[in-house]
Amino acid sequence: MAAPVISVRDLRVWYGTERGPVRAVDGVSFDVRAGETLGLVGESGCGKSTLGRGILGLLPTGSAVDGSVRFRDRELVGVKQSDMRETRGAELGLIFQEPMTRLDPLMRISEHFAETLRAHEPELSSAEIDARSIDTLRRMGIPPTRFRHYPHEFSGGMRQRIMIALALVLNPAFVVADEPTTALDVLVEAQILSILADLKRNFDTSLLLITHNLGIVAEACERVAVMYAGRIVEEGDARQVFSDPSHPYTRELLRSTISLSTTALHYIPGSPPDLVDPPSGCHFHPRCPSAMQVCSRLDPVEVRAASGQRVSCWLHGPDELIPPGGTAPLQRQELASADEA
Amino acid sequence: MPTKPDDLDVHHAHLESDATPLDDRPVVLDVRDLRVHFALRGGFFDRLLGRSSGSVKAVDGVSFTLRKGEVLGLVGESGSGKTTTARALLGLAPITGGTVRFDAGPEFGGAIELTGLREPQFRAVRQAIQLVFQDPHASLNPAMDLATAVAHPLKIHHITKDRVEIDRRVRAAFERVGLAPVDQYLHKYPADLSGGQKQRAVLARAIMLNPALLVADEPVSMLDMSVRAKILQLMLDLKRDLGLTYLYVTHDLATAKFFCDTIAIMYLGRIVEIGPAAQIYADPKHPYTRSLLAAIPEPDPRRAVPRNLPRGEVPDAARPPLGCSFHPRCPAAFAPCGWEARDVNALLEQRWTAVEEGEYERERAVVGDPVELEAGATALLPDIHAGSGAAAALLDDIKSADPNEPFWRGVRSVEPEPGGVRLDFNEPVDPALRDIGSVRVACHLHDPRFAALAAPVETP
Repeated sequence: MAAPVISVRDLRVWYGTERGPVRAVDGVSFDVRAGETLGLVGESGCGKSTLGRGILGLLPTGSAVDGSVRFRDRELVGVKQSDMRETRGAELGLIFQEPMTRLDPLMRISEHFAETLRAHEPELSSAEIDARSIDTLRRMGIPPTRFRHYPHEFSGGMRQRIMIALALVLNPAFVVADEPTTALDVLVEAQILSILADLKRNFDTSLLLITHNLGIVAEACERVAVMYAGRIVEEGDARQVFSDPSHPYTRELLRSTISLSTTALHYIPGSPPDLVDPPSGCHFHPRCPSAMQVCSRLDPVEVRAASGQRVSCWLHGPDELIPPGGTAPLQRQELASADEA
Repeated sequence: MPTKPDDLDVHHAHLESDATPLDDRPVVLDVRDLRVHFALRGGFFDRLLGRSSGSVKAVDGVSFTLRKGEVLGLVGESGSGKTTTARALLGLAPITGGTVRFDAGPEFGGAIELTGLREPQFRAVRQAIQLVFQDPHASLNPAMDLATAVAHPLKIHHITKDRVEIDRRVRAAFERVGLAPVDQYLHKYPADLSGGQKQRAVLARAIMLNPALLVADEPVSMLDMSVRAKILQLMLDLKRDLGLTYLYVTHDLATAKFFCDTIAIMYLGRIVEIGPAAQIYADPKHPYTRSLLAAIPEPDPRRAVPRNLPRGEVPDAARPPLGCSFHPRCPAAFAPCGWEARDVNALLEQRWTAVEEGEYERERAVVGDPVELEAGATALLPDIHAGSGAAAALLDDIKSADPNEPFWRGVRSVEPEPGGVRLDFNEPVDPALRDIGSVRVACHLHDPRFAALAAPVETP
């Protein structure tokens, strides 16, 4: 198995607020290997975007980071912003959610590429810059005849392709794509997803794909990490996780996704917790249909489920850590119907 | 249609409407040949010389009927005209043609023709037709607490000023949409609420005046997956309990499957397929409907198969393609679909996206940069080295590289001319909606006149 490109260990991110610190990312660990696509899914406010930005060192002021992010044997947490700026772009890329607002309306597409390439590879000649940009655009399905056009001359889907090309033209080893298809139409979304799914073949780039849509993960990712209230609750091979989810949250999330094969409307009662004061023990226990006594008292321990994925849930043990009587079902409070995300 | 088990002891004021078959129920909305055209302003000289700059046909001849208790899904991508259609029904987009007959029942004073209504008259109609927008955050005033926002329609339409009465009705609406315990939510501001809670408040405001028709424009697409089902279920419950009729505007065929009795697929201002939802999902007829269904991500990796997706995006409505608007993207397009000069540009650009840099430079040197070719059923492809036959050779190359490209089905002849090559295309034919069983489809593939021409092609 290939060596990890990015190794995240026990990463924590806090935001300071008037009510106290928000633990947006609370002890997250995972690896992304060369040429691999990892899907990061969860509801709004679970910390998935914060995690993506935390890896790239793009957190706003007023946030604190702890833990470790290793990128090819280099530690990224605690690195000076000026050093980070050299790594970012050249080796770590980011694809944003809204292609409409990320391109400068007064700059031609060619100028966007020239600016990016000059900043990171000043030794390139203009001819080399053009050749490389056109080649990357072509692989994203943008014809070379459009190279000197302005952003407004492109449709939404083409702008997103241009954004992806801008991230890839520097040949980064690792790219974070944060909800890259959210603002796009269904057909264009499917086109962009097939491009992302082909990244490995065409660019040998590792990808962290952040989304709230499990369908997108199934289309484009080999592995999936499910995030809830700042923690990764389950991580493993996408096929495995989708066909046999180990964590009750993954199972409930899958059941509540509406797709063409859905036969009944299903939803998770309650809402994701307030991260200033999250529930004790497993953060999901107030909404979990399988909650036990132990779940409200002790933090779950990560174990490897029989089917191979990492899962943090007391249902999977380790049994020797569960106090006597801990497996009895938890009496839950009635949830108001509007208490939801 | 999925219905919840009837475990609630609700008073079904309009139960009959759910029990009677759709065809026997009274018509609430009858839209015939609705048109919403926006004139383009054009440049300074055009205006000076009084030249017309054409128009954008946002909605171009849309017809449908909506019966009491029915849910009609208006489905399409951005730019298909689905939202403009919905807005026109509320007088928020100018109706430039057709008729819209709205009949909310005797309690609203019988049938009204909405075309030609002036704003004060439309205000009265809007008591009976309510609108739910996509973004719940943007549709609530951030400076109004929920109680004020939900009571606002009573004030705007001068229904009552009695504080006790207002409070009673607001509380009833909050209860109805599940914002309970009511006291906890009455004086919250939109910023204190989650997306799902905000959409509940928007629904409470929408049912405040006991409307007959609710127009919901993408009511769940801004919400998290885990909440969508909850809001859809709430809307189904409201429909059942309050005898509502819905026009559901969406780009998402997956949620529409749960929600709609009838589906109308729109593309560039027109309905291309309309019929009972069960029929449309079981056997989609139009290649566009098939593509939309194939594009929905399925949360099951075992079923994720490589798909034959249509290329490109919805074209500019100011200059729609000839013939069938979908033909430049359609994998099944053939001779009569409206192939034209502009498609040559797309063909060249597609070619140049695929070939190497050097080859692109060589070929561009032959035919030059694609110019904005005018709409028309013939095209002159220039040859820089006139008479060399290089442009004709290039076309042959492109054709032999991908002979299955639908473009070639539209080409009638390729003739060398001084200065280039002239391509003649088959006569474009505008597809009209035709009855195919219980659905209506606008596609030449289903027109017996062209049956002989249609090649057996794989469609997604």
